[in-house]
Amino acid sequence: MSGISNYVAPRSLDEAAELLRAGNVTLLAGGTDLMPQSRNGRTQLRPTLMSIRRVAELRGISEAAGNVRIGALTTISELRDSVLVRERLQALWQACDRFASDQIRNAATIGGNICNASPAGDTLVPLLVLDAQVELASKSNGTLATRAVPIADFLLGPGQTARAATEILSGIVLALPPRHFISSFFKFGTRPALDISLISVGLAARRAGNALHDVRVAFGAVAPRPIRAPAAEAALEGKALDDGVIAVAAAAAEAEIHPISDVRASDWYRREMVRNMFTRVLAHVRDR
Amino acid sequence: MSATVDIRFRLNGVDTEVTVPAGMSTLEMLRERLDLTGTKYACGEGECGACTISVDGVTVNSCLMFAADCDGRELLTIEGLVASPVGEVLRASFARNGAVQCGFCTPGIMMQAQHVLRKHKGCERADLQRAIEGNLCRCTGYVKIIDSIAEACVTADTEQGA
Repeated sequence: MSGISNYVAPRSLDEAAELLRAGNVTLLAGGTDLMPQSRNGRTQLRPTLMSIRRVAELRGISEAAGNVRIGALTTISELRDSVLVRERLQALWQACDRFASDQIRNAATIGGNICNASPAGDTLVPLLVLDAQVELASKSNGTLATRAVPIADFLLGPGQTARAATEILSGIVLALPPRHFISSFFKFGTRPALDISLISVGLAARRAGNALHDVRVAFGAVAPRPIRAPAAEAALEGKALDDGVIAVAAAAAEAEIHPISDVRASDWYRREMVRNMFTRVLAHVRDR
Repeated sequence: MSATVDIRFRLNGVDTEVTVPAGMSTLEMLRERLDLTGTKYACGEGECGACTISVDGVTVNSCLMFAADCDGRELLTIEGLVASPVGEVLRASFARNGAVQCGFCTPGIMMQAQHVLRKHKGCERADLQRAIEGNLCRCTGYVKIIDSIAEACVTADTEQGA
């Protein structure tokens, strides 16, 4: 069942990075993905299992100099209970509100959801439209150093990220959106709870009257990784939201996604759902 | 060969020490090492909630938690809950409302219910439905379960025992 020869639980980021430098480490945070994936063989546990739960630097949500920093170990429930997230990062809050179930929200971490890099990962679409950066820490040169990578460059494919084996995702940083900024997330599945999204839609923009500026659109579960949709963004940029603009944007979105057919839905169905749900999200923004 | 880990934690108010394989789940540890079989094994992947326990005051699926990660923490299982005042309120309410048929999901749902009562996240039916969205019951259709938790919410509020 398990070939773990060493279990470690460091108490500082420095110690965790040092252990990672030695190599052959599987990182454990909430465990809600790692446990089932290691049981069904999708993930092969490496000889050293490292629980990072005790690393205090990885916890907490803070605000400084116009940025929000979310520690990698922040649970989905903690995000959902955060007033800052609910009021200023609405799309992320909506994703956390509809994330799996209470039990899983209480254990699962945002860092884990990012590193699992599921094409349908719930927090990834909001992080894309909020232009988040992931912070990676390592001691590859002997001293603790971090680098920031835009989330769009970090996600490479199903289960694949730009994280080097010696790196640990320590946090997420994003610019606190200005007032009059709206963001929205919607996911569709066969039941609200515990379902992997058939498709998901994210939208963020600065709103001036009925027009949207700095528009960002992203979709989940329609490509090997959650993707931004530049054609849909261009179709909306600077324009007043009316039925014609919404229809053009929805058609653009449908043309730039690459869904597959799998056990959960056909590619045709996913295209239809993206067009219809994106239309609904835009109409909702227009009408509120 | 699989490494073992020595862990210490509080389990239902009792200091507990156990040596577990590094890959073991908390559910396996409870049922197979500590003979606490009230916590149920069903889906094994976090879909059904039958294995729900409380860790440091929040509910989790014990099938998804590595036992090694229990080190230093405070665990409550159904065995500890039923010995508490809140557990008694819930037990009586579930019995009175006929919320138990086969009973397999009941320990997990009662653990999730105590979390709702403790957190006071609201006793409206819609809140309770959301609160137990991670618990499957294939017998009751949920109505009597929601009735029971709603009633327990009121009782617990009155007694201020939650």
